[in-house]
Amino acid sequence: MAFVQLEGLGKRYGDIDAVVATHLSVEKGEFVSLLGPSGCGKTTTLQMIAGFVEVTSGRILLDGRDITHAKPASRGLGVVFQSYALFPHMTVKDNVAFGLRMRKVPNGELQQRVDRVLKLVRLDQHAERYPRELSGGQRQRVALARALVIEPPVLLLDEPLSNLDANLREEMQFEIRRIQREVGITTLMVTHDQSEALSISDRVVVMQAGRITQIDAPYTLYEHPRTEFISGFVGKANLLPGERDSAGVVQVRSGGELTLSLRPEKIDLRDKDHGRLPGRIVSRFFLGSQWLYGVSTSLGELSVVRRNDGSAPLNEGTPVGLDWDTALLRVLSVDEVSA
Amino acid sequence: MSTLVAVRQGRQGYLLSAPALALYVCLLVIPLLLTLVLSFNVFDYSSGINGDAYTVDHYSSLLGDPYFYEIFLRTFWISALTTLLCVVIGVPEAYILSRMGAPWRSIFLILILTPLLISVVVRAFGWSLLLGADGLVNQTLQAFGGSPMKLLYTPFAVVIALVHVMLPFMIIPVWTSLQKLDPAAEQAAMSLGASHFTVMRQVVLPQIMPGVLSGTLIVFGLAASSFAIPGLLGGRRIKMVATLIYDQYLSELNWPMGAAIAVALLLLNLLIMLSWNRMIEGRYKKSLG
Repeated sequence: MAFVQLEGLGKRYGDIDAVVATHLSVEKGEFVSLLGPSGCGKTTTLQMIAGFVEVTSGRILLDGRDITHAKPASRGLGVVFQSYALFPHMTVKDNVAFGLRMRKVPNGELQQRVDRVLKLVRLDQHAERYPRELSGGQRQRVALARALVIEPPVLLLDEPLSNLDANLREEMQFEIRRIQREVGITTLMVTHDQSEALSISDRVVVMQAGRITQIDAPYTLYEHPRTEFISGFVGKANLLPGERDSAGVVQVRSGGELTLSLRPEKIDLRDKDHGRLPGRIVSRFFLGSQWLYGVSTSLGELSVVRRNDGSAPLNEGTPVGLDWDTALLRVLSVDEVSA
Repeated sequence: MSTLVAVRQGRQGYLLSAPALALYVCLLVIPLLLTLVLSFNVFDYSSGINGDAYTVDHYSSLLGDPYFYEIFLRTFWISALTTLLCVVIGVPEAYILSRMGAPWRSIFLILILTPLLISVVVRAFGWSLLLGADGLVNQTLQAFGGSPMKLLYTPFAVVIALVHVMLPFMIIPVWTSLQKLDPAAEQAAMSLGASHFTVMRQVVLPQIMPGVLSGTLIVFGLAASSFAIPGLLGGRRIKMVATLIYDQYLSELNWPMGAAIAVALLLLNLLIMLSWNRMIEGRYKKSLG
């Protein structure tokens, strides 16, 4: 049996279903992200697991124990909040020690455990500071240390990186992953940022309008999005019409009844009159490691990404030919949930 | 921005604040100075105030007479008790208020503030109707077979009416500092194993201490110098300093003595409030900035 198990978990607010009968199993030591646009029910799900939101239906099992209606204090889970929710009137050390004091850990052991976890998040130099004297990234680490020091069975992260600027966010992504690996703690993270979810999770759970629409490893999710919504939400995608030919192979065809997804980096730019589809470059954006071209074709405007290999970029207005490997076309099912 | 700096550096700043400054000088500084001077004037019951002769007699009789000690002591314990009760009632009330849902919060906030729109004198009379010998409370007591109690003209009546009048002055600053609280901090404390009581004591209360401090200062200051409520509900026997000053001015016609008592009240009030402020603020300044 899985370590954390959601069985038909649901939440209603009045007439509105925030979360609909959700099933999810998380194995011990796994890092799972709940990904979705705002209002999809991912935060409500996390808050039900943490015990801050009353469950309407279903059960939550932690290591086989039913914690559906247990108080937050008795669940013993580590929670990191979007706002960090540090105690502003306590030093970093006292913030981190709070959970241990509540557990009446003897002073000597308390000091040791606080020191150890502060070293883990690389804040041992700032133990005597107050939260308002720290940067955003440092506060984030305090919040993480405070949740980890009680050695919780599960770590819950609610949009942990959304308040950080872009550079720091990337750094903290790797930091969170490093710490999670080092401690080996089962982790559930809520995020609306697909690149965050893809880069640090073992599995990504995509939620949409209160329902789970796909659960997969990041690579599988990116390569095999099930629906149109997911293909657009996780990474960029070109949507093309298509149909199966007589051999059963999927082909792009205008007027075809299938919807196909083709990632921008899977399209090759060829010279004019080569490839499967002629087009003309209408826009170009320089992204550093790559160029993003907008190519106008008979099937609409397609995005094409080309590695910045040092060769001269193509100018707007250049006629080109587009080519791709048909094996990389993905058939999308119609969205079951209309967002 | 540049105009602001220019205003700060030039004389325009003083010019612009001149009306307010003039108002304060005329209505606060000059009367205070006059009172201070008056308190040193010689007074004689047959010839009245002698504005040319100066003496410290009023202050020495103030220091020497246990009658005055008793009234000052009563004023300060009544004010301290009022402040304490305002903290005990007002802080939880402000907390509950800040956790209320959208329509109710505004409704209750207005309800709490409405008493401020009614004259203190009217409210004091209201209490005397309730607490009087034939008042509603005693009628109820008698209806249930109890014997009537003396409620009016006791310190109890003064304290209860003062708490009623002062409560908004405690709730508003506490409510303001509660607005700055991150509600997730309480959830964080609970997830770390804290009970509701511990969350209140170790997480919420320390963070709203600045608001509680302002509230206590306002309430204590206003209570210690209150006049209408002790005058109407304390009667002739339960005197407080403000009613004593009134008596000196208007019954005894001994204005210099009244002025001396007023100056003493002002100084004592300042001393108590400043040391209280230092004591509390010192403890929380470092952490809360």
